[in-house]
Amino acid sequence: MDLGNFASVMFFWPELLLAFGVLLLILLDLLIENKGVLGDLALVLAAGALLLVAMQPMQASGGAWLFHRMLVSDSFATFFRFLIALAAVIAVWMSIGSREAQSCDQGEYYAILLASTFAMFLMAESANLLMAYLSLEFVSLTSYILTGFLRHNRRSQEAALKYLIYGGVASGTMIYGMSWIFGIAGSMDFVAINKALFAGGHAPALAVYIALVLILAGMGYKVSSVPFHMWAPDVYTGAPIPITTFLAIGSKAAGFALLVRFFFPAISHLTNSGNWQALSGVDWPQLLLVVCIITMTLGNLAALQQTNMKRLLAYSSIAQAGYALMGFVVLSNDGIRAMLFYLVAYYLMDAGAFLVVMIVANETGSEEVDAYRGLAWRGGFVPALALTIFLFSLTGIPLTIGFIGKFYLFAAVIKHQMYVLAVIGVLNSVVALFYYLKPIRKMFLEQPTGEEPPFHIEAWNYGLMGVLAGATIVFGLYWSPVIAFANRSLHFFVGA
Amino acid sequence: MNHALTLITFIPLVGMVLILAMPDAMRSTFKWVAVVATAPQLLIAWWLYENFDTTTTAIQFAEKYPWMPHYNISYFMGVDGISISMILLTALISFIAVFASFKIDKAPKAYFALLLLLDTGMMGVFASLDFFLFYVFWEVMLLPMYFLIGIWGGPRREYAAIKFFLYTLLGSVLMLLAMLGLYYYGSTPTFDMTVLAANAGNYTMSFQRWVWVALFIGFAIKIPAFPFHTWLPDAHVEAPTAISVILAGVLLKMGTYGILRVNYAILPAASHDMAWLFLGVIGTINIVYGAMCAMAQTDYKKLIAYSSVSHMGYVMLGMASFTAAGINGAVLQMFNHGTVTAMLFLLVGVIYDRAHHREINGFGGLAQQMPVYAGFTAFAFFAGLGLPALSAFISEVLVLIGAWQSHPIMTVFGAATAILTAGYLLWTYQRIYLGPLNEKYANFSDMDMREIGMLVPLAVIVVILGWYPQAVLSLLNTSLVHLNQVVLNTPAAAAAAVALVR
Repeated sequence: MDLGNFASVMFFWPELLLAFGVLLLILLDLLIENKGVLGDLALVLAAGALLLVAMQPMQASGGAWLFHRMLVSDSFATFFRFLIALAAVIAVWMSIGSREAQSCDQGEYYAILLASTFAMFLMAESANLLMAYLSLEFVSLTSYILTGFLRHNRRSQEAALKYLIYGGVASGTMIYGMSWIFGIAGSMDFVAINKALFAGGHAPALAVYIALVLILAGMGYKVSSVPFHMWAPDVYTGAPIPITTFLAIGSKAAGFALLVRFFFPAISHLTNSGNWQALSGVDWPQLLLVVCIITMTLGNLAALQQTNMKRLLAYSSIAQAGYALMGFVVLSNDGIRAMLFYLVAYYLMDAGAFLVVMIVANETGSEEVDAYRGLAWRGGFVPALALTIFLFSLTGIPLTIGFIGKFYLFAAVIKHQMYVLAVIGVLNSVVALFYYLKPIRKMFLEQPTGEEPPFHIEAWNYGLMGVLAGATIVFGLYWSPVIAFANRSLHFFVGA
Repeated sequence: MNHALTLITFIPLVGMVLILAMPDAMRSTFKWVAVVATAPQLLIAWWLYENFDTTTTAIQFAEKYPWMPHYNISYFMGVDGISISMILLTALISFIAVFASFKIDKAPKAYFALLLLLDTGMMGVFASLDFFLFYVFWEVMLLPMYFLIGIWGGPRREYAAIKFFLYTLLGSVLMLLAMLGLYYYGSTPTFDMTVLAANAGNYTMSFQRWVWVALFIGFAIKIPAFPFHTWLPDAHVEAPTAISVILAGVLLKMGTYGILRVNYAILPAASHDMAWLFLGVIGTINIVYGAMCAMAQTDYKKLIAYSSVSHMGYVMLGMASFTAAGINGAVLQMFNHGTVTAMLFLLVGVIYDRAHHREINGFGGLAQQMPVYAGFTAFAFFAGLGLPALSAFISEVLVLIGAWQSHPIMTVFGAATAILTAGYLLWTYQRIYLGPLNEKYANFSDMDMREIGMLVPLAVIVVILGWYPQAVLSLLNTSLVHLNQVVLNTPAAAAAAVALVR
């Protein structure tokens, strides 16, 4: 179904709510004195967007083109819009409870956060190279501002600048690659590109390959895969923690959405067996396999040396992107399903870990691993336990959703007989355990020195922490709903 | 009692939840909750023992419910002769370990909660027959172990805990891959170990070899087989007494149990082909090398730890023999080593509680000051060195008889090591208990009723099994003889035939 501007609105309510919310926040910021209300309003707006996505009407034909084939609405897009809205809710919730974020100008902060959410929605829905580029750039611009929001903090400024420079280079490279594709296929529409490429006889495979490598630069940058990962540690460390979380989960999810939609429905071909067939002569799966292996290995090895929790989690999130890419390189619906599942798992555990880092930073003012010394024995038993759950989940220890996520990924890899990848993947988990144990060791195995301030408990942050930790465990034991959700979302609308 | 296995596995978990829910002010009652949570396990274990049908190889007390139907994962519990003996052992050792923990003063709430979680994990490993479930229990056991060693251990506890965790995780992730490989091999993917075992004839030899080695590494780390044994002395030395008891008494057996349950039953052809090297030769190295290392130790606990390495070697050697005597002896040795080594670690704990060190050369003449203690130690040492009329004698002799028929040279080494074993145990006895009393220890009290109470049941079992090994052997025999036949008689599939199946 090819919908025009007005008919599309029916599928566009969540985005409209967010756009309206951005304007409302800017306006209210000028009018009211009590800025604390703005955060609550942003939370309501983000939750409203989440609710609207969840209530999204489904098309009998499986989807629809919106705005004259610029965007697509299908269950795959809805899955990612749901995740992104969830990231926004988590980030706003955390911002309200964060000392650091409270020091920022509230109106602008939340307005830009919601604008960024809006842009990520578009990324997940793009059905056209132009739209993909614009939305990616939109996300990037808002992210630069959010990263540099701590105006008096040099680290924050430095991070924003680094992010800007890397982002500029990456998206420039990407749009150059897109221009190649446009030249080869004669269209920017994903479906048309697919048709043109598989019709054959048009362009040399090498030209397509070069174009794909260039495009991968932009998308790889968003999901922080090697070699476009270098911004991540600095940005994650410099940004306010709620923003770090938002980038780590939301921005990464949006990146994966675009990556999958471009590499699968746009330039690959689905066979009846549920496997994807790459364009003959264009060996991008091999390239991505290498990227995947290096990403997880490098992320894990670099994380071993970190003493700052945000940096440690930044490298860990690079490694986690590498794991998720395992679902990508097997070129099958099993793999994509595993990847979608893993993203949900990653959401819960990574957001949870950052949340505890924020709680500790609120109390102690420090993000160093040393600040966690004896945490469990000086009143912080609950956050220490929660962080332990999240870190074990990130490692992939059973009883947590992280284990189930890894299980599905490895199952897909083994099913497609990529044994070397599987072995490298599991060895990486063992390496990862070493650094995930670092804070756990500090919190439980070491005794407090007695000089640390006592630990307070704030209900606001603990509510979210309890929900995330609970979900990590509950879905680790009973994950049917999550895998069903991932299964339902495994549908790309390619036009009717 | 249709749910005996579920009950025996999860009752400790209920105890854990209860302890966590209790206020800190009741810290002196946590240990009693732990007693109450582990005591029913003993009763259920006894009930299982009474009702177990020793004439059949079928899975008994089975419970099966779908867990993740679309992935064919089920909650499948059941026992045969091999696992029921291990469940008896686990119930006994866990109960005693709770009493051995009575003096824990630091954060008792967390300690007993973790101890009970560990108990659930161990029971689950022995009771589960779904590979996925087995894996979950296997991993769940690691977490409490890490914290129990890491928080309540000795001076180098952090190092020991992380080493234990990393080593074991390395083994288990390889097991995860092997498990997935098996899962996807057949036409209908399944984790059901009984189905996988029934399909044993369908796997090609090259597939079996790869999977076998991956599984073996996972299990060998737990045994611990040479050269993966280096975590054990560290973990044992640093762990608190009760945890050492569990570690040596139960955890090590999981390695050999896993090999029997998975490698032997599901990959019989590869087992038959590779056991002489991986179990026979490495087992012999374990026996000799472990004994030699034990001889060189000056730390009492480390000595006992290395003696475990040596004694587990007999288990491996017996398994590699593929004779009824050898394999029966191996599993009996698992049981006997569990009871004997638990006594030894408890005895080390007794003196450590008083002297706060374990330097063998720092004692002397304790027999004068603590006659009961010296008596129990003599008994445990004699059991350890395989004195006739005590349990370990029977199992070691069975192992050697069995192994002699298949691997005579290895058997010679194994048998000769009995001299080394006698050497290091008696020499240790002499240094600690005999000779003139070290004046520093003249005020030591002898064992109290709690300590004696923990040792007596173990000693009784050691004596009974020395005279009447049938009490355990009758459980094992049917299942093991059947398993042995399976391994000997199931050839691997020819490669071409399987290509058609897939």
